[in-house]
Amino acid sequence: MAVHQPSPDLPPPVAERGAIRWLRDNLFSSWLNSIVTVITAYLLAIFLIPIFDWAFVKGVFLGEGPESCRPDGACWVFVQQRITFFIYGNYPRELLWRPDLVFLMFAIAVVPQFFPLPARWRKWLAIYGITVLPVAAYFLLAGGHFGLEPVRTTRWGGLLLTLVLAYVGIIAALPIGLALALGRRSHMPVIRGICVTFIEFWRAVPLITILFMASVMLPLFLPSGVTFDRLMRALVGITLFQAAYMAEVVRGGLQAIPKGQYEAAEALGLGYWRRMRLIILPQALKIVIPGIANTVISLFKDTTLVLIIGLFDLLGAVKSTLSDPAWDNVMAEGYLFVAFCFWVFCFGMSRYSHRLEKQLDTGHRN
Amino acid sequence: MSTPQDNASPAPTQDAAVESTAGSDDVIIVRDMNKWFGDFHVLKSLNLNVKRGERIVICGPSGSGKSTFIRCLNRLEVHQRGEVYIDGVALNDDVKNIEAVRREVGMVFQHFNLFPHLSVLENCLLAPIWVRKTPRQEAIETAMQYLERVRIPEQADKYPGQLSGGQQQRVAIARALCMQPKIMLFDEPTSALDPEMIKEVLDVMVGLAGSGMTMLCVTHEMGFAKTVADRVIFMDGGEIVEEAPPQDFFNNPQQPRTQEFLQQILQH
Repeated sequence: MAVHQPSPDLPPPVAERGAIRWLRDNLFSSWLNSIVTVITAYLLAIFLIPIFDWAFVKGVFLGEGPESCRPDGACWVFVQQRITFFIYGNYPRELLWRPDLVFLMFAIAVVPQFFPLPARWRKWLAIYGITVLPVAAYFLLAGGHFGLEPVRTTRWGGLLLTLVLAYVGIIAALPIGLALALGRRSHMPVIRGICVTFIEFWRAVPLITILFMASVMLPLFLPSGVTFDRLMRALVGITLFQAAYMAEVVRGGLQAIPKGQYEAAEALGLGYWRRMRLIILPQALKIVIPGIANTVISLFKDTTLVLIIGLFDLLGAVKSTLSDPAWDNVMAEGYLFVAFCFWVFCFGMSRYSHRLEKQLDTGHRN
Repeated sequence: MSTPQDNASPAPTQDAAVESTAGSDDVIIVRDMNKWFGDFHVLKSLNLNVKRGERIVICGPSGSGKSTFIRCLNRLEVHQRGEVYIDGVALNDDVKNIEAVRREVGMVFQHFNLFPHLSVLENCLLAPIWVRKTPRQEAIETAMQYLERVRIPEQADKYPGQLSGGQQQRVAIARALCMQPKIMLFDEPTSALDPEMIKEVLDVMVGLAGSGMTMLCVTHEMGFAKTVADRVIFMDGGEIVEEAPPQDFFNNPQQPRTQEFLQQILQH
C-alpha cells in the first residue's frame, strides 16, 4: 500500500480584478440589476446635479453683503459674514482670544487621538482632556480670576456653547453612568434600589422636559436670591439625563462578560474593585464602544434643545440671524451650515470609536 | 463510605478548630458540609480531610455535586451548613478569611477563563502584582519560570485568543501557579479540550503532582487517577459514596453504585 503523501499547498486562483469586474459583479450582474442600476443613477443625477449646481457652481462664497450673491445660487456670503457670531455667540469681541485658546487646547486633546500614537501618549492626552482642559477652559471662558475680565455665560453662544455643553456632558456622564451601572448590579439592595430609581426616572422623562423644569420650575423652589446660572442648570440636566442612558449601555457590557471571568478573578484573590477595574470593565467597555459612541453622538445633537431655555448654541445662533431683513431667503444656507458642522463632529466621533474598537481588539470572543 | 456520624465529634468553635488544625498535616478539613440550590440538596453532609501534598481525584456522574464541592473550597460557591478550614483558616462570611484562602488556593477551570484582553504574560502577572504586591520584575521572572514549566514560554506575548485550547489551559495552570499556592483545585480541566490536546495538559498536571503540590482534581481521566492519585473519591447524588486508593478503587470497588459507574466509563 502506498504511503499517504500530504498534498502540496497550491497558490489560490488568480482572481479577476479591477473596476469593470467590480461593476459587473455588483451593479450589472443580471438584467434586472442593470435596469435598477440605470434607474437609480438617473434619479440620483436629476436630484444631485441641481443641488451641486446651486451650492457650488452658482454659489457665491466670498463677498461684501447680500448684493454679492446671485439669485439662483447659494449665498454662502451670509455664513462668511456671520461666522464670528455663529462660532462665539455674543462673546465680547475684544476677548475672543480666550475662546480661541480654549479651541486650541481642545484640538490638542482631540486631534492627536486620530493619529497612530504610542499608548502612553494617548493616556496622557486623555488625562489632560478630562482634567486640565475643563478647568482651564472654565477659567478662560468665564474669567473673574487671574485678572481676566468676567464674561457672563449668557454671552456665550454658537459653536462654543455647543462644544461646552457636549464636552462637559460627555466627560461627566461617563463616570456617573459607570457608577450607576455597577450600582445597578450590586448585591446591596439599597444601592441597587437607588441606582434603579435614578436610571428609570431620568430615562422616562424627555430631555426637553428636564431642561424646561431646570430653567422654569427650579427657581420656584429655590429661596429668592439664590440663582443658578442658566448654563449650569442645563449642564446638570443634560449630564444626569445622559448618565442614565450611559448606565444602561454599560450594564449591557457588564452582562455580556461570562461568569467565568468573574470567577477566575475571584479565585485569584482579587477584591471587588480590582476585579472590576482590571478584568471586568476593560472588557465590558470595549464591548460597548459602539453603544457609547451612539449615546455620545445623540448627546451632541441633543444639545440643540437648549434653545428652548434661551441659550443660543450653534443652531440657535444661526436661527436667530435668519430673521435679519437684510438677508433675503438664506434659510437653506444657514441650516446647511449647521448640518455640516454637526456632521463633521459626529462623523469624527464615529470614526474615533471605530478606530478604538480595532485598536483594542485582541482577537478573542469569549 | 463516609457518613456524618463518622465524625461524631461536636462541632468545634472557629478558634478551637484553628488550634486543632495547627501542626496537623491536614491542609483541608471539611466537616458536615451541606449546600442547597433552592430546594435542591446538592451537597449532603460531606466530610473530607486532605493531608499536605496529597493528590485526590474526585469523580462521579454529572450532577453529582463534585464541581460544586470543590468550588466550595475557595468560596466560589457558599456552603450553607458545616465547616471548611483551609490551611487553618475558616471559610465563612469573613471577607478577610476568604481573601486569605484564595491567595493560597489556585484554581483551574473547565473553560480556562483566561483574561482575553491581557497577554499571556499579563494574565500571569496580574494576581502576583495586585494581590501579593510582588515587584513587577520579580513577578515576570516567576511567571516566565512557570510558563517554561508548562512548556509555553514562547507564547508569553500572545493573547489567549491566539492559542489552542490545550495551550490556553496550560497558561491557566501557570497563571494559578504564579501565586505560588499551597493547594491547587482542578475543575474538569480537560473536559473542554479536543482529544489530541488532553495529553499535553495531563502531562503538565502529572509533573505538578510529582513536585509535591496538594491537588484536588475533578476529572473523568481515569488514567490520570491511576497514575497520580493518592486517593480517589466517588461522588453521587451529593454524597461521597466511596473513597479509596486507586488500586482498590478500580480493582475492587465496594459499593454497587461505584461498580456501575466504573463499568460505564471503562467499558469503551
